[in-house]
Formats: sequence, structure tokens, C-alpha cells
Amino acid sequence: MSDTPVKIVIDLSKPEGEREQIIPLTPEEIAEREALAIQAAQEQAEREAEAQAKADAKESAVSKLAALGLSDTEIAALLG
Amino acid sequence: MAMRLVSTVTVGSGGAASIEFTGIPQTGKDLLVVYSARSVSGGFSSRVWLNGDTTDANYERRGLRGDGSSVISVSGNFAVFGLITPSTSTANTFGNTAITIANYTGSSQKSVSVDSVTERNATESYIEITAGRWSNTAAVTSLQLTVGGDTLAQHSTASLYIIS
Repeated sequence: MSDTPVKIVIDLSKPEGEREQIIPLTPEEIAEREALAIQAAQEQAEREAEAQAKADAKESAVSKLAALGLSDTEIAALLG
Repeated sequence: MAMRLVSTVTVGSGGAASIEFTGIPQTGKDLLVVYSARSVSGGFSSRVWLNGDTTDANYERRGLRGDGSSVISVSGNFAVFGLITPSTSTANTFGNTAITIANYTGSSQKSVSVDSVTERNATESYIEITAGRWSNTAAVTSLQLTVGGDTLAQHSTASLYIIS
């Protein structure tokens, strides 16, 4: 594997058998890719935080329902 | 209606930063891209750029995403159309996405519809449907699929169909 990332380009204007090229990324494309990686990491962190917040809210809701006297079966029915 | 497979590509060993179809024949009404993909790192969302336009502001998406226990809405000015199974998922599982671009040779802005899943035989698997738009009236002549700054893993595939 080359250290330089590559892209696969399929040029459909060419005859079959001559279409596919594997091309190393240019420095500009590598810079753009690195910026996207940062953005993707932020999106991943937001997604994980959102999932954790939902889990925390659910746990809190279950605790409050139990404190009101609902059984585990009744709570499960409410939560679907 | 006729649907014709124009090309299929499979990512080889070492992976690839992107798959790009260029010189798309202007002989059909609609484009359908079907891909099966997994990322080498944690990449989860695929970006699909049309005609080399990588400016996020020129794209819009609104969607619904379910994760097996709840549903959220997703939206924003991104060319994020579809999901890719990240490397943290069960080994050898790949996401599955179909993207339709209607009237791709027409002179209206391009409507994009997407359905996508990242089943991995475990919790936190996703399904997402997306309505998208590319705010450009040019005919679509090229399409590039990436996974953000990540790498498409070996054995990922992408197929381009023309519907006429």
C-alpha cells in the first residue's frame, strides 16, 4: 500500500477495459481530506454525546417511574 | 422503463479515499448509485459530490435516522448522503446505500433521495432515509463518493445505473 491515499476514477467516456484509474491524491486533495476528517470526528463526538444523553434521560425516566410505584413490567410497557 | 448497469467498481487492498464516476452518459432520465461500504477508521457518513462541487453550502439534506431504539431527524447543508459502516462495527459488515438522482440531465436543481443502513448484527445499527438537493441546474456528469476524511475499506463496492 502506498503512503499516499489514492482515489479510484472510472471514466465512462472511455471504452470498457480502459476506464478505471487509481490515482494518488494531490496535496490539495489531501488537505481537504484532512479537514473532512476533523469534521467527521466532530460529528462522531456529537453523535456519541447525543446517544449518551438519550441513555441518561431514559435511565432517569425509569427511575422516576419506579419511584411513582410502577412495576418493571408496567415501565417496560410504557417504553415500548 | 429500463435500468442499465453502467459500471461497478470494487475497492482493492489498501483501500481508497474515494470512488469517482466521470463522463457519465447523458442518455437517461435518472441515476441510481448503489454502494456497499465500510470505512478503515471511524468514518460513518458518506459524502457524495456532484460535478466536483465540494462546497457544502450547495447541498442540503433532511432525513430520519433510526438506531434500533429511537429516531432522530438530521438536516443541514452537507453533501452527506448515506451511511457507511465504521471500522468499530462487527468485522466484515458493510453498510448498504442506494442514492437516486432524478432527472440528472435536466436543467432544474437536482433532487436526491437516499436510503441507507449499517446493519452489523449488534446494537446501534442505523437506518436512514434522506431527502437531498444540489442547488445547481447543470446536468450531472460526474459523481464522487467519499467517506469524509476516512478511507473506503477493501471490498467496498459502488455501482452506477442509468434509468431511462
